Amino acid sequence: MLSRREFFKTSGALVVSFATPGFVAEALSQAKPGLLPTELDSWIAVLPDGKVSVFFGKMDMGQGLDIAVAQIVADELDVAFEKVGVVMGDTATSCNQGGASGSTGVSNGARLLRRAAAEARRVLVEGAAQKLGVAASDLHVVDGTVFAKNETSKRVSYADLIGGRHFHHKVEWNKANGNAMDIKVPAKLKAPDEYKVVGKPLARRDVAWKVFGTDDYVTDVRVKGMLHARVIRPPRPACKVRGVDEGSISSIRGARVVREKDFVAVVAPREWDAVRAAQMLKIDWHALDGAFPEMAKLYDHIREAKVVKREEPVKRGDVATAFSKASRLIEAQYEWPFQSHASMGPACAVADVKPDACTVWTGSQKPHFVRDGVAKLLGLPQDKVRAIWVTGPGSYGRNDAGDAALDAAFLSKITGKPIRVQGMRADGTAWDPKAPACVHRARAAVDASGKVIAYEFVSKGFSRQHIATNESDPADSLVGQSIGVPPKGTQTFGTPAESYGFENKLLAWETIPPLVESCSPLRTGHLRDPVGPEIHFGSEQFIDEVALAAGVDPVAFRLKYLTNPRHQAVVKAVAEKAQWGSLGKGKGLAFAERNGTAVAVVAQVEVERKSGRLWARKIWVAHDCGLVINPLQLRSTIEGNVVHGLSRTLYEEVRFDRDSVTSVDWASYPILEMPDAPESIEVVLIDRPELAPTGAGEPTIRVIPAAVANAFFDATGVRLRTAPLNPERVKAALKGN
Amino acid sequence: MPTYRFRVDGKNVSVNAEEEMPLLYALRNDLGLNNPHFGCGLAQCGACTVHLEGEPVRSCVMPVSAAAGKAVTTIKGLGTPDKPHPLQAAYVSEQVPQCGYCVNGWIMTAAAYLKKNPKASDGELRDALSGLKCRCGTHVSILRAIKRAQQQMA
Repeated sequence: MLSRREFFKTSGALVVSFATPGFVAEALSQAKPGLLPTELDSWIAVLPDGKVSVFFGKMDMGQGLDIAVAQIVADELDVAFEKVGVVMGDTATSCNQGGASGSTGVSNGARLLRRAAAEARRVLVEGAAQKLGVAASDLHVVDGTVFAKNETSKRVSYADLIGGRHFHHKVEWNKANGNAMDIKVPAKLKAPDEYKVVGKPLARRDVAWKVFGTDDYVTDVRVKGMLHARVIRPPRPACKVRGVDEGSISSIRGARVVREKDFVAVVAPREWDAVRAAQMLKIDWHALDGAFPEMAKLYDHIREAKVVKREEPVKRGDVATAFSKASRLIEAQYEWPFQSHASMGPACAVADVKPDACTVWTGSQKPHFVRDGVAKLLGLPQDKVRAIWVTGPGSYGRNDAGDAALDAAFLSKITGKPIRVQGMRADGTAWDPKAPACVHRARAAVDASGKVIAYEFVSKGFSRQHIATNESDPADSLVGQSIGVPPKGTQTFGTPAESYGFENKLLAWETIPPLVESCSPLRTGHLRDPVGPEIHFGSEQFIDEVALAAGVDPVAFRLKYLTNPRHQAVVKAVAEKAQWGSLGKGKGLAFAERNGTAVAVVAQVEVERKSGRLWARKIWVAHDCGLVINPLQLRSTIEGNVVHGLSRTLYEEVRFDRDSVTSVDWASYPILEMPDAPESIEVVLIDRPELAPTGAGEPTIRVIPAAVANAFFDATGVRLRTAPLNPERVKAALKGN
Repeated sequence: MPTYRFRVDGKNVSVNAEEEMPLLYALRNDLGLNNPHFGCGLAQCGACTVHLEGEPVRSCVMPVSAAAGKAVTTIKGLGTPDKPHPLQAAYVSEQVPQCGYCVNGWIMTAAAYLKKNPKASDGELRDALSGLKCRCGTHVSILRAIKRAQQQMA
């Protein structure tokens, strides 16, 4: 197995090797076409040795997405899996497919490479037909060699046909960038029953180097002559800088201050000097006092805040009239706090700005948008900026990586030196964009027969996109806002994703203004499955509450009202796997859909009344995301979702006082640790080869909170409607019970 | 600045640094060893863990001066692809890391712990590993890998 670095050397050598003397004459006459989605060469290349590189505009964050892509390409192109390398996340070699985004890596991302591979195969088989004098329909391909079906001595390999050269072949592009980018090709795609590699539990290629410490993270990128920088985030939101005492760091040789309006950083040749200088630098901040509500009154603030925008995506029947006919009314409210990405390490980026060009190395999951944001911030044309994604300290949304990339570019431009920026812990915990705090109001009406005749679920909270989903605009970055670019502040939220067939049904959301408009540590943006855990913590607990009122078992209730057969199937499957029986065993169930993926979870919990410890001991998952590409990686992706979800359910809550965020490290922002990891996670994968694959990076996390809360209710008879379900809340709730 | 001499992964090294500079900066910047990571700078996560005379330490808070004359082992010195430590081999078999930034903490801590308590129970392992962080939620596979390594080491 090639190491990542070796593979890059091999596959990346394509462009370079054109200039190498002695290479096939044809190759020298050919220029590489521009990196446009309309060029087949932008998607796929056959190397001289028959290996294949595909150029992917999304990237894997450690869940094996690149392996899934390689499996899909191997099947469609008829080459061995081992020969397919996936080049990801470099704006110089990949089109903008939107980066890691919305669990669309396979559904949107790999779909294009599948088509490109099919088209490459078609073109190559046609070329072989000419060369061999055999009709294309009489040829077949085995591991990159085209054979005449009736005369196997007639053969030619992909490498002989095109190895090291470009296709110069057009594909049809839908003119969209990002997740919506799509291409069409005349080639016929294979049917699922022809797959040989898809469906296999193949191992990842990035595990070994991570375990042996033999390759680099973005934090390890070093550029000759670079300076280390630390950006100094203000002590409070929306601070203005009145003055900086540069003399306060004069004892540190080589350290200096960089300031532009309210953006302040220190740079130094040695990293430790930059760290010390950042600690020592005296800044006269003009602070905004009392910008935040009292933390204890956060949910009252949300309830009372004016509504900026309201949408009612599901409105069926006559809800108001139906409520008036209720024989029983069930009402509840659920509350979810601000949460932090708190990535494993604070973000890092390296930027090298030259007078007319810039290269930036970033851990951002969306390097193409880093390129766009840097270009805009520096006033460079987009094609003069190259962003290169390098594995970073984890990323599950718009975390602090987007800010680090723009910080580095900005500082490199001002200093004229390559700059490496890395945050300190507080930059990743206190100053990343936050998942929005919210309150969910639910009402249901049941008639005398126990039938649900009206149902209403309304979420109210901070926008999930006050900071945009990516850093393509300085308005959405801290450096941009610090130098005076106002945020765009898109207003959007979401509603439960289910198919409960209640006749009269309203699902709605409302957003409220941010606490502070600009430069706020409580600005809100996307964190893994944006607003999914938040909403379904409420909606799937409420379904249990309605079921209880109707006198129906939670599984039976869901099966009665869910209208989508795939939704019913995951509920049935998980109930069976978890041996769902009588209540009172500390088990709870929750279900949801996410963009075509259906998932149901049963949690079994143990509650220690004295300490308030709530342990989700066993977890069962039933997961249907259509065709399963790689069950091994899918399972580990689901396991990660489960544990990340448990952490957010049981522990995570951004703390703040009237002036600032007080969650600044792992002590003040506790997360789940090993003693509280589940004893077992059992996963049932429902494979549906006939259905195009949908996502798996996020769906499971949205059902974990309610499954745990429902299990807690089953164990104790007490409802916990405010997250996280930490020991203090558990103890308080059980007092007197 | 004083000079500190010590051993890293079997090699003699020397570093000029302020005595209070954390060992992590010496390893990463002065010695070019990238594998220990900065995660928190507060000994709260484990991403920077190395062995000092066989004991796991958080190099982000341990001053470089405390390493003088001693032997430091990083994950790169613990084992190699050709001669992996059983934990590293088990990590590969179980496909444990996702982003992988936390790996040093778990493997270096578990390696030292298993030496003292090779037959540790599930509960003992969980307690021994508390204080370490993983943000991708790979905890269950970490335990699987450690138990696989325990069997191999038995």
